[in-house]
Amino acid sequence: MTATVASETGSAGPAETPLAPSRPVLAQDWRRLVRMGAVGAVAQIFIALSNMPVRLDERLVVKPILSLGYLTLLIVPFAAGHRVGHQIKREGMAVYAAGAHEVAGGAACGAVAGGGVSLLAVLLANFDLREPLVNWSPMLAELLAFGNATWFAVVIWLLIGAAVGGSGGALRVLGPSTRRAVVTMALAVGGTAVLEPLVVDLAEGMRLEALTDRLYAPRGGINWTSALGLAAASGILAVLGRGRVRQAREHVAALEGAKRTRTNLGLIALTGAALVILPLFAGKLTNELLANVGLFVLLALGLNVVVGLAGILDLGYVAFFAVGSYSAAVLTAATSPRINPEMPWLVALIVVVIITGLVGLFIGAPVIRMRGDYLAIVTLGFGEIIRLIFLSDWLSGWFGGSQGITKIPGAGIFGLTSVAGTDPRRVFYLVLAFCAIAIYVSWRLERSRLGRAWMAVREDETVAEAMGINTVNVKLLAFVVGAVLGSFSGAIFSAKVGSVFPNSFLILVSIVILVVVIFGGMGSIVGVIAGSAVLIGVLGGPKQPGLLAEFSEFKLLIYGALLIWMMLARPEGLIPSVRRSRELHQQEMAQDAWLKGQVEDDDGNGGGRAAPAT
Amino acid sequence: MSADGAAASTPLLEMRTVNAHYGAVHALRDVDLSIYEGDLVCLLGGNASGKSTTLKTLLGMLKPTSGEVVLDGEVVNDKPTSYRVARGVTMVPENRRLFKRLSVRENLELGAYLRSDTGAIAADLERIFELFPRVKERLSQKAGTLSGGEQQMVAMGRALMAKPRVLLMDEPSMGLAPALVQQNFELIQQIHEAGLTVFMVEQNANMALSIADRGWVLQTGRVVLDDTAENLLAHPDLRASYLGQADT
Repeated sequence: MTATVASETGSAGPAETPLAPSRPVLAQDWRRLVRMGAVGAVAQIFIALSNMPVRLDERLVVKPILSLGYLTLLIVPFAAGHRVGHQIKREGMAVYAAGAHEVAGGAACGAVAGGGVSLLAVLLANFDLREPLVNWSPMLAELLAFGNATWFAVVIWLLIGAAVGGSGGALRVLGPSTRRAVVTMALAVGGTAVLEPLVVDLAEGMRLEALTDRLYAPRGGINWTSALGLAAASGILAVLGRGRVRQAREHVAALEGAKRTRTNLGLIALTGAALVILPLFAGKLTNELLANVGLFVLLALGLNVVVGLAGILDLGYVAFFAVGSYSAAVLTAATSPRINPEMPWLVALIVVVIITGLVGLFIGAPVIRMRGDYLAIVTLGFGEIIRLIFLSDWLSGWFGGSQGITKIPGAGIFGLTSVAGTDPRRVFYLVLAFCAIAIYVSWRLERSRLGRAWMAVREDETVAEAMGINTVNVKLLAFVVGAVLGSFSGAIFSAKVGSVFPNSFLILVSIVILVVVIFGGMGSIVGVIAGSAVLIGVLGGPKQPGLLAEFSEFKLLIYGALLIWMMLARPEGLIPSVRRSRELHQQEMAQDAWLKGQVEDDDGNGGGRAAPAT
Repeated sequence: MSADGAAASTPLLEMRTVNAHYGAVHALRDVDLSIYEGDLVCLLGGNASGKSTTLKTLLGMLKPTSGEVVLDGEVVNDKPTSYRVARGVTMVPENRRLFKRLSVRENLELGAYLRSDTGAIAADLERIFELFPRVKERLSQKAGTLSGGEQQMVAMGRALMAKPRVLLMDEPSMGLAPALVQQNFELIQQIHEAGLTVFMVEQNANMALSIADRGWVLQTGRVVLDDTAENLLAHPDLRASYLGQADT
């Protein structure tokens, strides 16, 4: 038997098993199917009651057909239907070809999920739970029933669930290239529709209004004709570009030594150039978004030093952002209550860095003597203390209490220009410059002796001390470096917004920065940037609207969902540092290595295997 | 006091009537120890007898409440750990305690954290590869993925990278399979023969005394026995309490 298998797989290698024929339609794993469907049903009920469908119903995706509100519901049976057909590939077990079995399973699973909405529609019609559930509204009932009677809602959601779930399953039947084309088409249409404000803004910057006028309906949403055109175009592109991207990536990954370095430098230069040129063609909205992302990149890079490298879980990082903002405000604004030296921004920045560094020392000194959970709780406290100090009546003569400090001038650069929030493009360039500095500093630090010492402290503080590392100094330094990077962001923030108030520095800011770091990938510079781009750019920061301004109300909900998904699917973060991914996938790798060892043993020395038996 | 002929010279590392406390708990009571250049000596004792406390005090991670810790004739009570590490006192922690998520190379380099003589560090690295060829094969691997025996080699290598004059070993037999314990003690002997002073703290008295020249026995923070290895092995009290053989 081994001989025939070997000859069949031959070139593919020993790990590959041939595809078994598709399973019969009714041979479903019913338990899994119902469970997946039930999860989908609960998810849909939850989404419906979060009010996302009603609030986003106005926002059209494809002109008369689909709104963003319905899309938030439909995505669930689709995902469930697709997921239920997933086969776990086990070595030595048959892998079945996808076929009618997957479509039927997806449809059944989707119908169960859709049943959740049906159930909700019935409940909505017969009970009034407005008291505990604020979104238990007639609007929701009407939306679910498409304006018809309740029985219609029940039937239609079962059908919709089955249809959408079935199409999710059908995605598995398609060949890899067709599937890629379909997914690209869907993403192109969906992306263009959802990112409408960005596309319009960019088109205005490039004088291409004519194009967007044709693409989008006058009151939002893609025209269904242009949606078809877009789908066709992207489908063709996907087919033509098949494998090119992956080829390029593999090519780069295969490079070694000097060539690799040169390619990397080239890529960095290219990205830098794009970031310098792009804002010139972008409108106000895009630049504002980019500037906000940049501010959070700065903050996240700072926190990354503290959490990612030194392993100090700081939940009060906003304190340094606040101190940076307030000290810059006091030093530059003519209106600050007590002292107003009206320093030029760059001079003030030097003082700000010193002040924040000192505050970092001051907060750090008591905190770093603690470990683990206690440390996290204490930092949480300090984050609030700093905000309350700025809010207090006691110091309102200095910081204006709840009135804050207003009319802060823009950041003057050598008297050449003044950077204020009214011109987001300049703000972005300023932020970009500081990001470049912060990235370079982080990158150097990570590879320095100090970086090594931070990692040793993160791994095992006692042993690090026994190696002769002065753990107290090293941890304090991490705090100070983090504080200084955060203060850059604060100083730019106050010049950009033109005013600072205590409630701009709520605990939520700390949490969002931490989420950015975790989401992007702890200890990874590229990851932190990607994390800010996705979370702050697309979803929005604590007070800053993101690209999907419509979702800002549901931002924290989505943050949470993303984090859970992340912990399950990519615990090392979006773009992990090499080290982290090594660590978290260690088990799998060890298993692979073990399996490979087995295989080699089987091939090579059959005698060796027999030996222990004797 | 010392069994060999080094009695006239000053000890390399010494504890003079040291007392140490954890809060109110009296952990070391008037402990006297002296380790001479070229010694292979051991400190024996059961659980909670103060063995690890002695190591911590020698390394400066715990300050004695009275008495003196003397390194090379200098009282170092108030000097930090880094000062003592820089002057050749290095510890191999119990259970190896590698930086598990760092690579083997990073672990070794961290051993030389306080050194700045780049050329000599590279040479020492080569020397460790000679001593443990297995370590060289695993350089870029994460320390946590190594087997117990390999981890022991890296832990030893990490300590040697500090260019120690005296190696403090905390329970070298702990958490190792019997065959590995044997191998580990042979290794300690080998390192000692190459000229390094070794002070080990052990519960496994039989094993430790089989290679050591001298030993102390610690009981609830007090040195109760101080003798050559042969005498200790023959001592009836020790046989009863540590070697598990009651005198009949």
